[in-house]
Amino acid sequence: MAAQREEELQHLLRRAGFGASEADVNGYARLGLLGFSAAVGHLLAFADQPDDVDEQIGAVGYVGVTAAQGRLAPAANINDARQRWLFRMVHTRRPLQEKMALFWHNHFATAYAKIAGDAGATEAARMLAAKPSEDAGRAKGQLELLREHALGNFRDLLIAIAQDPAMLYWLDGRTNVRAHPQENFARELMELFTMGVDTFTESDVYAGARVFTGWNLVRAAGDGAARFVFNFNAAQHDTTAKEFSFPVYASGGRVIPARAPSAGMEDGIDLINAVARHPATGPRLARKLYSFFVNETDAPDAALIDDVARIYYARNYEIEPMVRRLLLSSQFRDPANYYRRYSWPVEFVVRAIKEVGWTGLSVNDALTPLVNMGQQLFEPPDVNGWELGRGWFTTGAMLARMNFAAQLATNQKFNLRDAFRGHAATPDALIAAALDRLSPPVYNAGARAALLEYVNAGGSWTASDAQLAAKGSGVVHLIVGSGEYQFV
Amino acid sequence: MSMTRRDFVRGGVAAFTVGFAAPRFLSDLAIAQGQSRRNLVVLYLSGGNDALSTLIPYTDPQYYARRPTLAIPAGNVLQIGSDASRRPLGLHPRLTGLRTIYNAGRLAIVQRTGYPNSSRSHFEGSDIWSTGDPSSPQGTGWLGRYLDRLPSPVDPLTGWSTTREIPRTLLARTVGVPAIPNAQQYAFSSPNGGNDATFARQSALRISSHLPVDQPHLAFVNATSQAAFATLDRVGQVGNYRPTVTYPNTGLALALRTVVGAMANQIGTRVFWVQTGGFDTHSGQGTNANGTYANLMGTVDGALTAFYTDLSNQGLLGDTLVLQFSEFSRRIDENGSQGTDHGAAGIMLAMGGGVRGGIYGSAPDLRPAADNPTLENGTRDVRFETDFRSVYATVIDRWLGSEAAAVLGGNFGGGPAFL
Repeated sequence: MAAQREEELQHLLRRAGFGASEADVNGYARLGLLGFSAAVGHLLAFADQPDDVDEQIGAVGYVGVTAAQGRLAPAANINDARQRWLFRMVHTRRPLQEKMALFWHNHFATAYAKIAGDAGATEAARMLAAKPSEDAGRAKGQLELLREHALGNFRDLLIAIAQDPAMLYWLDGRTNVRAHPQENFARELMELFTMGVDTFTESDVYAGARVFTGWNLVRAAGDGAARFVFNFNAAQHDTTAKEFSFPVYASGGRVIPARAPSAGMEDGIDLINAVARHPATGPRLARKLYSFFVNETDAPDAALIDDVARIYYARNYEIEPMVRRLLLSSQFRDPANYYRRYSWPVEFVVRAIKEVGWTGLSVNDALTPLVNMGQQLFEPPDVNGWELGRGWFTTGAMLARMNFAAQLATNQKFNLRDAFRGHAATPDALIAAALDRLSPPVYNAGARAALLEYVNAGGSWTASDAQLAAKGSGVVHLIVGSGEYQFV
Repeated sequence: MSMTRRDFVRGGVAAFTVGFAAPRFLSDLAIAQGQSRRNLVVLYLSGGNDALSTLIPYTDPQYYARRPTLAIPAGNVLQIGSDASRRPLGLHPRLTGLRTIYNAGRLAIVQRTGYPNSSRSHFEGSDIWSTGDPSSPQGTGWLGRYLDRLPSPVDPLTGWSTTREIPRTLLARTVGVPAIPNAQQYAFSSPNGGNDATFARQSALRISSHLPVDQPHLAFVNATSQAAFATLDRVGQVGNYRPTVTYPNTGLALALRTVVGAMANQIGTRVFWVQTGGFDTHSGQGTNANGTYANLMGTVDGALTAFYTDLSNQGLLGDTLVLQFSEFSRRIDENGSQGTDHGAAGIMLAMGGGVRGGIYGSAPDLRPAADNPTLENGTRDVRFETDFRSVYATVIDRWLGSEAAAVLGGNFGGGPAFL
């Protein structure tokens, strides 16, 4: 029974977090959270946990970082920002918050390179990753916004995103003016952020662009630390009426009325309300959350998705009840749905670090491998986000995963030797200990035999320290690099 | 849209559980049997290339009227002559190498390529260009279907994507195309050296040989590993390729260098995918001087010119065809951000030793008049004249030696005679 509960907890933490180290599992046990519902409640109520993980950066016992210059400067250097996010994924006490931030990062996919090209490297890192508490101008990066709204209200998140400086750079809203409406944001708001393709017309895009005229940026007055802030520029707003092919108002009205310039920002609020309320938005979001949390490899469970979409409207676009419904569903707990989602490269990397170990490791060493696996944080390929599922698994990306497994196992060779000492009297025992440390699904007999063949190759087993180091790291490499381990 | 696309397509296409175990010397065998060594390099300019800034109608007053800051002064344009409608045209000033290739008769430019009711969505647009199916752009790619029609077993290196993702164009039903952005990094490492590294590779190969029919997701990932193992050693040779020219230090140029390396090593690849981005120029397009777009043109020109010269020196030019496309072109009018929004018909380029160079098709007339048949969308955008699938058909029939009607699922006409 205990083993089953632990498996269930590990499943929950792989999906609603980034996996579990041995210490994590023990920590949940100490808190009396081995019961499934209690653990889900704990994860959902992440605001009750201290948000103090950044204070541990550089501390003994935590995974390392490698600052570009002196101290880690995530608000000024994008590689430092990537490292801090990975650090948080490994050590946070609020795993579901980081997980949802990653989900939204893919949903509102915003890439650093374009912003850096327009605004400079330092300013771009700041717009994406600054925390107000550490920024001279109290700038709040897009990632902080995604954390803040992680399980909040989707409509509020849309408004925050529409006014987010990084987004205003990324989709050119900062240059959307009355004489020359800019279509980029309005199009993606409908096509990618809410309703989905084929639910709107080209003329909706033109009308939407006019709605957001004047939603620009201004550099807050002050010294050099001044940040970009959203600014509604009434003089640049198109005040004429805008007609849509779908209802904008609950009454069914399709026309946003002509308004005085000073009231023109209401246009954008009306349109965001409309796309949040649109009948295609809830189901689309529900499908996305379902395949993120429950199952990505089999035909989707239409009834559960319908119910989650219903909750979206019934609870006025609150995200938390949708995620709660999914995590507490019988489908989520069904062991048939374990390991039924292709892991994203950052999930793979963070889980491997948590399970294999991190003493003497810097998350900086994972950054280039992540590029080769196809997921560089803050650099999605386009506004549609990453190609998920099978899209992650090209030959080159699979080699990159195997090679990261090799790199990590090499780095942890002596820690693994110490961990396996006394638990590896036979090759079989070594394999059992390695499988226990990691959390792959049950291997088939052929794979298990291949592991055994590897341990036996090259000489008879004596469990010497040299053998434990070589074969211990070798077995961990093979498991983490195997197909079975690529699922969460 | 994204979930539908991902689930339906990736899930709907069979895992490539066959085809990865082709004998190593299959390609040599094919060559010895007298099969063609011809190859096709597809170049995708992602984001929607602004065709009016690549091929410039520098005598059209409307071009200057509708693009007050983005138009390129006539004096800076690289003149290359006129099209069939006698409209003088010129290349972007940074395309100096391409002009030389054009003058050598090895560059064809097909104007106003597109399709009816052009999509203005990046994702739908690129899916349509990839599948060749505007009505249902969610299946296999046109080159994937070409691969599916080759005699089985198909060597996995018959296709090669130089990007990290497999583009939909190369998505096939029975063949898994490898993604090899960097031949040098395409290797298998191990925590231990010597014999133990060999044991590890043997074991990993055996673990990944498990292809359970009741777990297609696991079979797919394991088959990907198997394809990696089946291609590792040959790709390793390519990483050692010494080019005959110095390539610019851009991603595109380095990808093209790898392509020549694969050809020179006779890897057997028939279709390559290369890609470069940054063409979604909504703001600050910078067509002139050292602006953003000018630098994009510089990147394309530098990479293609080095590639062309290297191919010539290696005696490979006659076997090589480059075909360029983008998901759409851009609005005729510049917007308020000195950029251009999503438009419709654009241009395609074809380059290679077998190409009959020249300008094909007719340029748009940019007059904003309701009865202007070369424009659409209230005269905002250029209307297509040549269906892009007829260009594909020419390549399939005349270059790849396959059957266009079967690959494209229809007859779209012969297309311009650039081959």
